[in-house]
Amino acid sequence: MNLRELDAGQVARPVGEVILALDNVSLAFGGVKALSDVSFDVREHEIRAIIGPNGAGKSSLLNVINGVYRPQQGRVTFRGEVRTAMEPHRAAALGIGRTFQSLALFKGMTVLDNILAGRNLLMKSNVFLQALRIGPALREEVAHRRRVEDIIDFLEIQHVRKSVVGRLPYGLQKRVDLGRALAAEPKVLLLDEPMAGMNIEEKQDMSRFILDVNDEFGTTIVLIEHDMGVVMDLSDRVVVLDYGKKIADGTPDEVRASQAVIDAYLGVKH
Amino acid sequence: MPVPAGTPDTFPKLLLEHARERGERPAIREKAYGIWQAWTWREVRDEVERLAAGLAQAGLARGAHIAVIGANRPRLYWTIIAAQSLGAIPVPFYEDAIAQEMVYVFQDAEIAFAVVEDQEQADKLLEILPQCPKLKRIWYDDPRGLRHYAQPELASYEVLRAAGEAVVRDAPGFLEARAAEVSGADTAIMMYTSGTTGHAKGVVLSHENLIDSSRAYTELEGLTDEEEVLAYLPMAWIGQNLFSYAQWMAVGFRINCIESGETVLTDMREIGPTYYFAPPRVLEALLTQVTIRMEDASAPKRWLFRHFMELARRVGARLLDGRPVRASDRALYALGNLVVYGPLRNALGMSRVRIAYTAGEAIGPDLFVFYRSLGINLKQLYGSTETSVMVCVQPDGAVKPDTVGPPMKGVEVRILDTGEILLRSPGLFREYYKNPQATREAKDAEGWFHTGDAGFFDETGQLKIIDRAADVGKLSDGTLFAPKYLENKLKFFPHIKEAVAFGHGRARATAMVNIDMQAVGDWAERRGIPYSGYTDLAAKPQVIELVRGCVEKVNADLAADPKLCGSQIRRFVILHKELDADDGELTRTRKVRRRFIAEKYAGIVEALDSGAASCAVEAQVRFEDGRTGSIRAELPVAEARTFPPAAARAAA
Repeated sequence: MNLRELDAGQVARPVGEVILALDNVSLAFGGVKALSDVSFDVREHEIRAIIGPNGAGKSSLLNVINGVYRPQQGRVTFRGEVRTAMEPHRAAALGIGRTFQSLALFKGMTVLDNILAGRNLLMKSNVFLQALRIGPALREEVAHRRRVEDIIDFLEIQHVRKSVVGRLPYGLQKRVDLGRALAAEPKVLLLDEPMAGMNIEEKQDMSRFILDVNDEFGTTIVLIEHDMGVVMDLSDRVVVLDYGKKIADGTPDEVRASQAVIDAYLGVKH
Repeated sequence: MPVPAGTPDTFPKLLLEHARERGERPAIREKAYGIWQAWTWREVRDEVERLAAGLAQAGLARGAHIAVIGANRPRLYWTIIAAQSLGAIPVPFYEDAIAQEMVYVFQDAEIAFAVVEDQEQADKLLEILPQCPKLKRIWYDDPRGLRHYAQPELASYEVLRAAGEAVVRDAPGFLEARAAEVSGADTAIMMYTSGTTGHAKGVVLSHENLIDSSRAYTELEGLTDEEEVLAYLPMAWIGQNLFSYAQWMAVGFRINCIESGETVLTDMREIGPTYYFAPPRVLEALLTQVTIRMEDASAPKRWLFRHFMELARRVGARLLDGRPVRASDRALYALGNLVVYGPLRNALGMSRVRIAYTAGEAIGPDLFVFYRSLGINLKQLYGSTETSVMVCVQPDGAVKPDTVGPPMKGVEVRILDTGEILLRSPGLFREYYKNPQATREAKDAEGWFHTGDAGFFDETGQLKIIDRAADVGKLSDGTLFAPKYLENKLKFFPHIKEAVAFGHGRARATAMVNIDMQAVGDWAERRGIPYSGYTDLAAKPQVIELVRGCVEKVNADLAADPKLCGSQIRRFVILHKELDADDGELTRTRKVRRRFIAEKYAGIVEALDSGAASCAVEAQVRFEDGRTGSIRAELPVAEARTFPPAAARAAA
């Protein structure tokens, strides 16, 4: 992951095979149908956007992917393994990372500790050795700290390294949340509205970071976003949901031209 | 001064000497990955050797120029020495210069090679490539974002080093052999002066110029190889080059490259420099920060701060100069040192500072005294790119806020009837590159350099600078008008960031003011005044009232000075936008370009002069990506009270 030590060939691979697929997924809460019969796939190294009006089922879809919700019907295929539903801890262990609309950070801890916490899954020594900071635990922590510093450098947050997260402006907290998710070195990164509540400058910064993550680390990215300009600029392919149904799927240009999408966003005469 | 025979007379030879004599000691540090990474002198030597071999193989010839663009990074420093050991001439650039500004220098110096920090700089060079056909190769330090660039000109620093490594393997002693071919009279570096007027000029400085200047400082201040120095100012600035490169090489101390522009204060506290150099604007920003944070402190702390700062202002500077102070004050100051001054020095990262210099602009006396009263040995010096910053330094024990000290050893100073300062010294530049006319204008037949600054010697033989010789003027009634003097007084107030005074040939002195967004924004928040941005805030009546208070205090001050009391500021405007180097209003070192501003804002100057109550303005602004747009606003012109000489004491 240290950029200086890698060859261009080792990272930044072109868009490849399907890495994640959902087949005929349906999810209902009692009588409310959140998703009905949705199928779509994500290819390795691409940036895939999910868009749709409020309540269209976008977040539900992310929650199905990383196992927070169990769909009543359908299959989830990740890196060739077929399941009827994902489990959250399996998803994390298999390399699905995630950021949250309402930030998943420890507000009272420093930026450094928050990102270090993101590497928890990759730590091998047991909690007692870690508490005593002896032998292998210390060596391991040094190695993890190095990776965390790479991420801090990458996201340009050196100046707040030791600041308590709760005191940072919102835009920076979002960046730290991204860092926390990146720390686990995910294959696929799910971003739930990474730019909500940001000003234009912060959005530009965040867009650049998302592109860089995709480009430099080869991370596959699935993102939900409301800002159409951002979505159309960033993503390779876009899937559009409306009332829990998939109404369009394709490149930004195809989606933009789709009558169903125009109707869903602008309304249609009945 | 006498230098024993065999003393290295070039930077590469100095590096080799350090590698021999203190090879295992750290020479340079950089904060990366949250840790200070260090390179010893021997490691630096080896790295420079590979780099020099790589550059030689790429075709960098003796006398050719090579661009160095970026922030303070060890690899850029190594590039400078590597180029110098080949007899080539490094040309450092300001990292925030826009692409079009760089074109002129690339064409003028016929630059074929460049070593840059990152994608941002590489993008600029690729953009100007069609206009600079001589530019052949660009090497970058940080590969981030550059992975997919396919331009044949572009390659990474590692590629360059690897090429050099192969050469060095077959030819050990490469660096020694090449360094022996360079002599002290050869050109060491070329620095383009930002220039308050006209096109940038390339100032040609030799190894001897810079090394003589460095040795003069070493002797004067007793610098040792134990000094810690923070490298944080632009590499293209002579001050940075002299104090963090030339003196580093001459003395063999340690320099520490900051992590990023935003971490300077943290980095400084971690390193604890012993030898520190800062232009007034940095010191000013630090003080503003302290002032704001003190306003947020609890009432007892505020009381302590106020109380002890008052004492410090009274006796602190006297104590530092070793002048007599009452025993009771001495005891109180010792107490203050424990509870206020010590912690404050620590918060500023200046606990270990033995010598601190400021230069580049005149410093407000209050700002200057603030640091000295804390027990920090801050001194002013006077110099320029053309003089290798070797002219005057304030001596320990006799520091006066309004002078720059006596001339340094080896410097001759003469003052013309017009007030202009002339000088001769070993640090004096060779010439302006490819500009014999400008060279002749600046350096006369007898070798006197015309500084363009106006000043005089005071009764103790210390030099006092008033203003640029060309800027000192007179009001229409003949009163002396020194615009910079007024501007500096205004700028000391934390709420005022920049000021431009007008008055030469006019009936009265007037001023244009930029508020300090951080300080005034904070002030407005505290009072519950809503605002949307700079333009809105600057137009608030309460803010105008605030600035009026500052202007009137300046006027009261001026009234006490018999020579300048006629140039009190009658009227002022708060400008709707911040003066910016990208718009050509400031130089890259943030000096006000007064004449350009007077032309650009002719309408405002007219309104200030005429007595109109307001004026409409439209300004072109240049955004960071090079696009332009315009801002329109109606600016109120405000009046300020002035004071008759007699009433001055009562009002102040």
